[in-house]
Amino acid sequence: MSMPAVKTDAATTALPVASAPVVTMTPKRAPQSEKYAKMAKEVAVRVVPPLIVVALLLVVWELICRRAGSALPPPSRVFSDTRELIFDPFFDHGGIDKGLFWHLSASLQRVAYGYSIAAIVGVALGTLVGQSVWAMRGLDPLFQVLRTIPPLAWLPLSLAAFRDGHPSAIFVIFITSVWPIIINTAVGIRNIPQDYRNVAAVVQLNPLEFFSKIMIPAAAPYIFTGLRIGIGLSWLAIVAAEMLIGGVGIGFFIWDAWNSSHISEIILALFYVGIIGFVLDRLIAGLAKFVTHGTAVN
Amino acid sequence: MHAYLKLDHIDKTFTRGNSTTEVLKDINLTIEKGEYVSIIGHSGCGKSTLLNIVAGLTGATHGGVLLENREVNSPGPDRAVVFQNHSLLPWLTVYENVKLGVDKVFAKTKTRAERDAWVMHNLNLVQMAHAKDKRPNEISGGMKQRVGIARALAMEPKVLLLDEPFGALDALTRAHLQDSVMALHQKLGNTILMITHDVDEAVLLSDRIVMMTNGPSARIGEVLEVPLARPRKRLELATNSSYLKCRQRVLEFLYERHRFVEAA
Repeated sequence: MSMPAVKTDAATTALPVASAPVVTMTPKRAPQSEKYAKMAKEVAVRVVPPLIVVALLLVVWELICRRAGSALPPPSRVFSDTRELIFDPFFDHGGIDKGLFWHLSASLQRVAYGYSIAAIVGVALGTLVGQSVWAMRGLDPLFQVLRTIPPLAWLPLSLAAFRDGHPSAIFVIFITSVWPIIINTAVGIRNIPQDYRNVAAVVQLNPLEFFSKIMIPAAAPYIFTGLRIGIGLSWLAIVAAEMLIGGVGIGFFIWDAWNSSHISEIILALFYVGIIGFVLDRLIAGLAKFVTHGTAVN
Repeated sequence: MHAYLKLDHIDKTFTRGNSTTEVLKDINLTIEKGEYVSIIGHSGCGKSTLLNIVAGLTGATHGGVLLENREVNSPGPDRAVVFQNHSLLPWLTVYENVKLGVDKVFAKTKTRAERDAWVMHNLNLVQMAHAKDKRPNEISGGMKQRVGIARALAMEPKVLLLDEPFGALDALTRAHLQDSVMALHQKLGNTILMITHDVDEAVLLSDRIVMMTNGPSARIGEVLEVPLARPRKRLELATNSSYLKCRQRVLEFLYERHRFVEAA
């Protein structure tokens, strides 16, 4: 009996085996030029429409602001005013008279510190709250109140505590971005299917293995949602915080430009802030895709 | 009868607030080594709860489970479960899913290379070695269940617990997988406890069929020996008189004496 059963099974499983390579081979055999043409088309579909919109907006902006006595400079003025800043982002004349690269990297560094601490603390606290009913009952109301406090409201308090601008800015980043990470992680942990817990119980994973092999991967899609919201918030907060604490940083650069009535420089800085915020968001999204192997939805 | 697995006076009540529901009442069952026992009953009769109690995933209110005369009340790899919905971890490959259990169970007794070979051996048993690097969402439902079986077998359980293992599969895939499980049972001689609601499946696969009455307070209504020689062949049994008699007996139990009563 066992032989025929095995045979019939081998016959049925042979089918997908035979057909699978054919499926994967087809794209490989397609001519290279056709493949590139297809890729170019896909890129064009994504890139061309926003380019057209941006060009149109620039034209409208130029038309509105080119009149004499206009409060804001037109794009052509912005470009000519900030030519030096655009083409030489690396100059360093000492003090806060530095190229934009240095301001941006100082801001990014603060974000990196504050956000890393927020990620670690957020995932840890989120796991605790998601796993323990009592931790949730005790901590959740506190989180719900604290998370509504605007980032800048924390700044005076942290300046009083740290007596220095740098750690205060990092603290503001941390306190701003930690809440969505905590809350999303907790939801993710709470939503781990009972099946996975049963598997872990049968296999007898110890708590540490359960954490690393079941909890984190199972909650990863939720955790990364929190991390993505968090990075956005921390980039929002850093600009505001730096305006107040001064020193090197893109936030203070904007404030300084305003004080010296360099409106074009403000516009350039805003452009960079937007681009970097976008890149940070994409970075976390890409990391999420890589870590969850595209199994986020299962 | 030599008791390998013994379910001893198991009661189970669920308490929620003030209301208590008695799900299982006084379940006694003795299973021999190498025996294939099915538990059949209408949905909601507590058969899955019973399996969870044997697996140690749920505690019994009274009574207990003895495996080789030792009480077992927490989950462990000696009672590996094949879950109804396969429960493979979607972020691990087929190979890694099986390896997860193997690494824990044989951490001290097998070297890394031996564990690797053992994982592949078990994947070969269920004819899934070719898909070892695929993730669960890239393979079919039947294949997932095969991997689930490989994962359970690879832990070398004393008792293999099957929780409606074929329930979520289409009829053709189900028949194939039943044949595979039969062949594996023949080859490895595992002790198997299976939950099912399919009469043909129960008669085809089992040495004994445990029929449960409807809940609440479900009991074992009747235990039927299936006097069919192994290996069994699906097609030949279709006209076999003792097969038909067993089938008739189970059908009578389920649809005449203990008809499913829709909960109001």
